Amino acid sequence: MELLLDSLFNGVAIGSVLLVAALGLAIVFGLMGVINLAHGELMMLGAYTTYVTQLIFKLPVLKPFYNSYIIVSIFLAFIVSGVVGILLEKTIIRKLYGSPLETLLATWGVSLILQQFVRSVPLAYGTGLVISLLIGLFLPTTFPSKIKESINFKYFKFSSWIFAALTGVLTGSVISSSVSKLSRASARNVDVTAPSWMRGQIEIIGTAFPKTRLMIIVITLISVVAITLFLNQSAWGMRIRAVTQNRQMSDCLGISTEKVDIITFGIGSGLAGVAGVAVSLLGSVGPNVGGNYIVGCFMVVVLGGVGNLLGTVLASFGIGIMTDLIGAGRLLSIWPDMPLPLSNTINFFATTSMARVMIFALIVIFLQFKPTGLFPQKGRMVEN
Amino acid sequence: MRISRRILAGLATASLAVTATSCGGGGTSGSFDDTVTVGILHSLSGTMAISESTLVDTEKMAIEEINAAGGVTVGGKSYKIEYIVEDGASDWPTFAEKSKKLIDQDGVPVVFGGWTSASRKAMLPVYESKDAFLYYPIQYEAQECSNNIFYTGATPNQQSEPATDFMYKRSPAAGGDFFLVGSDYVFPRTSNTITKAQVKQLGGKVVGEDYLPLGNTEVAPIISKIKKALPDGGIIINTLNGDQNVAFFKQIQDAGITPSSGYYVMNYSIAEEEISTIGPEFLEGHYGAWNYMMSIDTPASKKFAESFKKRWGSDRVVADPQESAYNMVYLWKQAVEDAGTFDDNAVREALVGQTFDAPQGPVEVMPNHHLSQTVRIGEINAEGGFTILEETGVVLPQAWNQKHPSSKGFACDWTDPSKGEKYKL
Repeated sequence: MELLLDSLFNGVAIGSVLLVAALGLAIVFGLMGVINLAHGELMMLGAYTTYVTQLIFKLPVLKPFYNSYIIVSIFLAFIVSGVVGILLEKTIIRKLYGSPLETLLATWGVSLILQQFVRSVPLAYGTGLVISLLIGLFLPTTFPSKIKESINFKYFKFSSWIFAALTGVLTGSVISSSVSKLSRASARNVDVTAPSWMRGQIEIIGTAFPKTRLMIIVITLISVVAITLFLNQSAWGMRIRAVTQNRQMSDCLGISTEKVDIITFGIGSGLAGVAGVAVSLLGSVGPNVGGNYIVGCFMVVVLGGVGNLLGTVLASFGIGIMTDLIGAGRLLSIWPDMPLPLSNTINFFATTSMARVMIFALIVIFLQFKPTGLFPQKGRMVEN
Repeated sequence: MRISRRILAGLATASLAVTATSCGGGGTSGSFDDTVTVGILHSLSGTMAISESTLVDTEKMAIEEINAAGGVTVGGKSYKIEYIVEDGASDWPTFAEKSKKLIDQDGVPVVFGGWTSASRKAMLPVYESKDAFLYYPIQYEAQECSNNIFYTGATPNQQSEPATDFMYKRSPAAGGDFFLVGSDYVFPRTSNTITKAQVKQLGGKVVGEDYLPLGNTEVAPIISKIKKALPDGGIIINTLNGDQNVAFFKQIQDAGITPSSGYYVMNYSIAEEEISTIGPEFLEGHYGAWNYMMSIDTPASKKFAESFKKRWGSDRVVADPQESAYNMVYLWKQAVEDAGTFDDNAVREALVGQTFDAPQGPVEVMPNHHLSQTVRIGEINAEGGFTILEETGVVLPQAWNQKHPSSKGFACDWTDPSKGEKYKL
């Protein structure tokens, strides 16, 4: 019983890291069909946001709230990655809809740019830049409609960008002068330390569970529930689903597909940022952190069936449980006296590297029989 | 006519004077008679840049120190050492390419370089085919003995063997079972093969081993294996690479695998630099084994640490790989002076038997092109350094490990033409 619980927990823990990382991609790749190779780097931005938030919360003004920095950073990471994602959509991806190869190459280029960006720009100024983007993109949308419709709106837009740039430079220099660790560029990996209430273990029915793992599971659950509610219950969610199913028809019926694209991509990217927070709790944060997850993300989305959130959820938990089952050699402890050749085979695959090989092999075999994944999209797709 | 001839003569004199001055300024400044240019080849970009750039800093410092003390004296002439730094870019073929460039185009008499075994393996054929000489400063898995490489880092019997012995006999977990964790590449696998053979000899038991693919940070399956194999604590030997250590220590601490619950981790790749990256709060109470530790309380060690801080910034630390890099520059200088020439073959002969009063204590170059070194076992403390617990006497290097099944009974000796790279003892 305890063994089963332990194994299940481990599987869910590994799976939820995969799921939170793949969730954003499931939306961007699954719903919009954009192969976004910069997804990992959007995660990396989320992880760096956590790091920056942690350091800012160490300042004397915010020190009393230090323990809650991780909660704040979840929201900030969503916003930061979301804004960068929106910018990416507006400048590059929008021009490439319908040409997957070009999208793939362009987003790969973006991923390299983002990696080099965090290596060679001091994080304080990186923060400033993100704040400028945030203000520049959103300030004009808050103007009353009278101004928006006026002929001089471009001047208002222009001046709000100037205001945004100034604020960005100002925040950048304030952070740079008050937090010395953020004032220099470095290719060195940095470290996020979980607040004390999240360290250690918690005991549930006789088994001890690491708190950070539980936290990641909670973050994942909340993200999944929130995104499901958003897609199924809100007006914008309905529009997103409509556009995914039939873009031209939705366009004819007066749905602004342009806005839908921006919102979908923004949410997908924001979720990547949230995944970055989760990942930063497990290991160190560096320019390559996203690259380590991107393959796993695509694997989950393809296995689950493109365009289906439930499939993504089941696929990631499935892979998680399989990883634990094979990698830790669980079958041997469930059935200790199995015949020798079988137990030797299981032992051979009971290392992290070999378990990975085995899982990839199983997925390849599975996709031979069901090329569209666990839950293929039903019905006719007009765009194909 | 007369006047113009005088003007011409004046012009000629003036231009001669200018040439003479520029010569003196550019070539042999100060009291040096000539210059010699050496090559430095480490990764300055890519994933290894973090580690390898510290070696470049150390080598530059050693060269500056030698120059300040009068340079290299060869055949009665004093030479100023100049260097060309090349970037290996964390890409192994690039190391081979840049080696060719340094040897053929720049004509350097020696190259100081490399960190990963993969980069060394890529460079080795270049140096052997051109009969050039590479100085390699990192603790490694051994099982190699080239006539064209001089290895100043520890071999397994100068690091992991004394460490395993300490863990099994004298650590708080003495007599306990072993679990081996490493990154999935050549050094951890070779090192663990040796450890397994040694634990068997000691009468202990290795109850499990696992390798994390490079770049992977999911440690959960390894943790459940450790907990299953060592339910009441035990000894963990860790050969994970750089950043994977952060994930490993964060996650094992959360899973309750800590010194206070009876689990002790012995690390072979965590030095002072890595402790500050991972955070001492995750590492306190675990162990490390090195030849040099910054906390060695001798004048030579303190001088080394202080001059490094003075040269590169007070927040910098020195660690074992840097000490090896420092030693090799000085050993090259001594060998060249003894040989009386920069010629590779003469220097190689003069190199064997050189002794140097290194920051770690006296070291000597052995006939197998490795160094005799002192081994230290340290416990990681809250300040981010090592509390030195044990110190061996001078340990001789084994290029061919005597516990590894494939190399047992073999040795290397380049001073005796009949023995060479690998001969039976």
